[in-house]
Amino acid sequence: MSNNKEEIRIGVYICHCGHNIAGAVDVVGVAEYAAKLPNVVISKDYKYMCSDPGQELIAADIKEYNLNRIVVTSCSPLLHEKTFREATTKAGLNQYFMQMVNIRENVSWVNENFDDATEKSKDLVRAAVQRVAFQRALEKQKVPVNPNVLIVGGGIAGISAALTMANAGKKVYLVEKESTIGGHMAIFDKTFPTLDCAACILTPKMSSVKNHPNITLWTYSEVSNVEGFVGNYKVQVTRKPRYVIEDLCVGCMLCVEKCIFKEGKFPDEFNQGLSKRKPVYVPFPQATPLVAVIDDKTCIHFKTGKCTQTCKTACDRNAIDFDQKPEIKEIEVGTVLLTTGFQAFDAKKVPYYGYGKYPNVFTSLEVERMVNASGPTEGHVLTREGKAPKSVGIIHCVGSRDEKTHKWCSRVCCMYSLKLAHLIKEHTGADVYNFYIDMRTPGKGYEEFYDKLLHEDVHFIRGRVSEVTDWITSPEEEGKLIIRAEDTMIGMVRRIPVDMVVLAVGMEPRDDAQEIRKMFNISCSTEGFFLERHPKLAPVNTFTDGVFIAGACQGPRDIPDSVAQAGAAAAEALVLIDSGHVELEPNTAYIVDEICSGCKSCLNICPYKAITFDLEKNKSSINVALCKGCGTCVAACPSSAIKQNLFEDVEIFSEIKGIFVE
Amino acid sequence: MQEEVKNNNIQTAKAWKPKILAIFCNWCTYTASDLAGVSRLKYPATTRVVRIMCSGRLDPQFILTAFSEGADAILIGGCHPGDCHYATGNYKCLRRFHLIQKYMKQMNIEPERLRLEWISASEGKRLAEVIGEMTETITKLGQSKIKQQVANIEK
Ligand code: FES
Repeated sequence: MSNNKEEIRIGVYICHCGHNIAGAVDVVGVAEYAAKLPNVVISKDYKYMCSDPGQELIAADIKEYNLNRIVVTSCSPLLHEKTFREATTKAGLNQYFMQMVNIRENVSWVNENFDDATEKSKDLVRAAVQRVAFQRALEKQKVPVNPNVLIVGGGIAGISAALTMANAGKKVYLVEKESTIGGHMAIFDKTFPTLDCAACILTPKMSSVKNHPNITLWTYSEVSNVEGFVGNYKVQVTRKPRYVIEDLCVGCMLCVEKCIFKEGKFPDEFNQGLSKRKPVYVPFPQATPLVAVIDDKTCIHFKTGKCTQTCKTACDRNAIDFDQKPEIKEIEVGTVLLTTGFQAFDAKKVPYYGYGKYPNVFTSLEVERMVNASGPTEGHVLTREGKAPKSVGIIHCVGSRDEKTHKWCSRVCCMYSLKLAHLIKEHTGADVYNFYIDMRTPGKGYEEFYDKLLHEDVHFIRGRVSEVTDWITSPEEEGKLIIRAEDTMIGMVRRIPVDMVVLAVGMEPRDDAQEIRKMFNISCSTEGFFLERHPKLAPVNTFTDGVFIAGACQGPRDIPDSVAQAGAAAAEALVLIDSGHVELEPNTAYIVDEICSGCKSCLNICPYKAITFDLEKNKSSINVALCKGCGTCVAACPSSAIKQNLFEDVEIFSEIKGIFVE
Repeated sequence: MQEEVKNNNIQTAKAWKPKILAIFCNWCTYTASDLAGVSRLKYPATTRVVRIMCSGRLDPQFILTAFSEGADAILIGGCHPGDCHYATGNYKCLRRFHLIQKYMKQMNIEPERLRLEWISASEGKRLAEVIGEMTETITKLGQSKIKQQVANIEK
């Protein structure tokens, strides 16, 4: 809706982006071409448009040439639209008079033919010049931000973020799927490179979470529905029945003791199946909350209905309730932090390493439990036969850096393998062999730790292991597992007989990552980890405002990095909360009353029920607070009575025409 | 008329290459396009992207206008079913896509000239592949005559 009387004066700015654009597009040619387009008053090319001098250049021109429309031809608007809008505002022009043309991600980085890329850039600039003439001044809408925050996932990242936000005085809802918080870190024995005990540094934080007045902790719970948008989310959390009333249970374990199963019978998940638990159990002594849980898949009562319920009678607090049903909690929050973590690679997927086939092939997580003093073997590293191994082989990169499984490096396996090598040596005195592809130890004190191990008489063999087998070729190999690997240092294949094999499994996205991604309307990268807004500059933001990510759900990372990210995500959320409001893009739809014929075809089309029908006026109307600006109703209106700010018909049509019409 | 012939000659002299209008939704396919760039994937310079917030904003008129202005083909990109940032916009887009297809059939426009693809934010590679394929198909099919025909009708 350009004002007829207003003279359109456009400035076009072509960015070289160093060589990024200028190397693949004739930027000077594009600038010269743009100068001749209708309404263009000035056209310039510059090395880095987004730099301070670049922005100042635009601002100065706006004043000097009286410009009222700006076209910045550079990178993706998803990256720098904000920057150039701000530059426009600073010069006193409404920010929506600026239009960006993406000739980096969409042209120079992907198109190889210089002439074609230049042609394409000219077409795109022409389209933008035609579009921008119709752009209107708009104001962002302000909506208040609910100060409460939801954190999904109670591993170390979620715990850290929850404490930070709660200490800042915000109300935190921490939702954890398992019956206790702690995540993977609770499973570990020691942490690298300091070798401090994982439980000793983690459990105090877990109890702080439990006792914090600002934190509501819901374990054994899952988010089941999310509605709303940044600043105002309505979330439904389903609390699964644990058949033990949380408020009554004190974790005395009497029910576990008195269960009709005298001994544990089912694989204990926390101990990686190395020990057995009963149907009623507490995952580990420091579980938080310290509340028993009854597994309805194994409990006799749920399977046959014929249990004498000795656990129930044993509980003098009457905490056991077999009739517990899933409970739905509805909460309202303004921001969401996703800290859902990772899952360990399933070693069975690489059958040539023999996990599941040879009893003495273990995963690294199993060994973590074994070396732990309160673990299933009370801190003894033992083969399945119960003997201390004389020789142990640790295979690095299982499910990492491998075309057949996952291409990425899991970042933690080298370091934890070194840690396990040290611990196994310490516990058993065995010969320990590390089979590695490259030793990756970037991190504070990490290389030093590696160096220490080199002096601890641990063997290092550089090369990928081809297989683990029990196929022996000499009597000395009797009863051993043979690790066959290429030793690239000496250029030959070696056979190392060992009593125990440890597979250093990598990190992968959780099976439920896709479900969570959909629920919170965010994206995943190709590997399946949650996608950050920008890999360097917005690593904890997502493309959905108000939803932040931290920890291994975003990609493989270790504890220090997860904690650092959790802090960053908490800070981002606090910024939103403390500013009190968010500014929303004004790309909402509106109805031109005079044109609306009252046909009602828009009513059912809106996914947000933002359109209502005014019976008196016989016209539809849009509730701006509910409209999210998808534009679906705009395209559906047969009389073109619905318009969308920022994406007006006239703007899109002139852009399309601009592409083709010279 | 004279001038038009001349223009046409210049066009062919320059060795015609297809021009494809690409209409991408902001959240998935436009992001995929950025990803293709960041990953430095290579594809022919035949597309010109117009960004809309959601494929549900797609107005059949966009397509018809583009054809009559000289587009050789049109590629519409949106989020996978179930993944639309606005819940169901892509279903509305799909419905309209079928409608336009019918219309194109009546108008005798080759169906290959319009393509709808669900490409998620992580599928930069897929995006590059689709553009590559489409360029090949349209190059074989040749320049669209719709613009010419429309001009003739208008005369
Ligand atoms: S946002 Fe991508 S199709 Fe709706």
